[in-house]
Amino acid sequence: MSAYTISLLSIVGINVILAVSLNIISGFCGQISLGHGAFYGAGAYAAALVAIATRNLPLALIAGMLVGSVLGLIVGFASLRVRSDFLAVTTIGINFLFTGFVRKQGWLGAEMGISSIPASGLGASGNMIMIELFAAATIALSLYVNASWMGFAFRAVAEDEDAAATLAINGISYKLVAFALGTALAGLAGALYAYFTQFINVDAFDFITSVMLMAMVVIGGIGSTVGVAIAAIVLTLLPETFRFINEYRLLVFGGLLVLFISLAPGGLASLFHGTRTRLRR
Amino acid sequence: MNAPVLALHNLAISFGGVAAVDDVSFAIGRGDFFGLIGPNGAGKTTLIRLISGILTPNSGRVELLGEDVTHRSTATRVRRGLALTHQIVRPFRTMSVLDNVVLAAGHMRTVDPLRALLQMDRHAERERAMSILRQVGLAGAETKLAGSLPLGQLKRLEIARALALDPTVVLLDEPLAGLNNSEAAEQIDMIAGVNASGVTILLVEHNLEEVIRASRRLIVLANGRVIGDGVPHDVMRQQDVRAAYLGESVETYAAG
Repeated sequence: MSAYTISLLSIVGINVILAVSLNIISGFCGQISLGHGAFYGAGAYAAALVAIATRNLPLALIAGMLVGSVLGLIVGFASLRVRSDFLAVTTIGINFLFTGFVRKQGWLGAEMGISSIPASGLGASGNMIMIELFAAATIALSLYVNASWMGFAFRAVAEDEDAAATLAINGISYKLVAFALGTALAGLAGALYAYFTQFINVDAFDFITSVMLMAMVVIGGIGSTVGVAIAAIVLTLLPETFRFINEYRLLVFGGLLVLFISLAPGGLASLFHGTRTRLRR
Repeated sequence: MNAPVLALHNLAISFGGVAAVDDVSFAIGRGDFFGLIGPNGAGKTTLIRLISGILTPNSGRVELLGEDVTHRSTATRVRRGLALTHQIVRPFRTMSVLDNVVLAAGHMRTVDPLRALLQMDRHAERERAMSILRQVGLAGAETKLAGSLPLGQLKRLEIARALALDPTVVLLDEPLAGLNNSEAAEQIDMIAGVNASGVTILLVEHNLEEVIRASRRLIVLANGRVIGDGVPHDVMRQQDVRAAYLGESVETYAAG
């Protein structure tokens, strides 16, 4: 496998983790977050610092998850006070706060970022395999969550929190769990990214990244793990395969987003489901 | 009266200096069927919100099965045996009818999210939900999306969800609103059947005729205060109830 393919597959795996984890927060639990990039970045920075200090891979991955989910819990607490569209605006703010903060912090490399992150010791292919395994585990976890009573309650909270309360479902604790879980996985993706590039810069975790992740969720089908994973794969490969798309990346993503929201709000998942139902008839 | 399952003690709340609920006290015994009526603005909705925990009173207490729940959340009260239906139906529209009830039947599984994560099996809840759907007359609608049901059936679904919580007392907020006469009569018969199975009912309604027919005790609220409390027919003959609240319709009722 060429170095290019390995790097491409690594990015695909990381984006799958990010999109599927965002889907847990926004798709399953209905908390629209447009700041997923911040948790991704927090995990990457935490892992980078721990990796440099300890050269211990598992420790760095755990640090990434931990910092991601702690920040997620803080934002989750904020989400308790605001509803839907206001939460989206709040999370945008969190993303800008994160990038603005990091840019001014010398110990985080400020504008220059952090270089000289030690290698994982697994080699490029080993690293890629690790990322794919984590991506597969994230998909499996997401499918499991959705099938469990937790996923069932998430759907109720997403649709009508007050009605859920009358079924003794405490929306607050479910929203916090969704944020903690989704952002821990984003932190993990950040840690994997830090090991993959061995150099991180805050630009990789900006608002545009968050919007692209949300585009993957919407295009894949809000709430559908498989749909979102497929969208993450396709939307990562598309710009790489067709170079001309890369130049117009934002334009293409934005266009697809508008197209799906207006024509197929259920995303790829609903298109597939619709075709299957039609074929059965 | 046997030990009350729901007791209100001197409940009071005011908004901007206006007393919405003013010194309201009553107690509902196990198995009772209470009707609560009152004109628009009487404070019925506020009282429901105080009982369900959406509002906290300025003074007074709400007791469920002898326990003070005045400062407890709605979810906690539901776990303690209170179930409620909304005046404006609120089904989970994107879920099937069956899933709406299954989720309610599994309320003990969803108390703690992390414990909920470790549980998958829905077999027992599904069985129970099916039997409740039969009880409320929704058999055959299980696989339909809740959002596709007509209003009359949605009202039944609300009651089915409430029953699936295995409640001690059910608070029904205008379950007849928007139904035609025959639907309303059917609905109230169904509710009476539920009461006969041992569930305590507090029915808040506009539809006088049906409330008087079904409930064994009637409470009349006006301007936030209880102005009538007793056997429905006696209460409806009270001068102050007729004067302060009902006017014409009670004249008709008393004459008839």
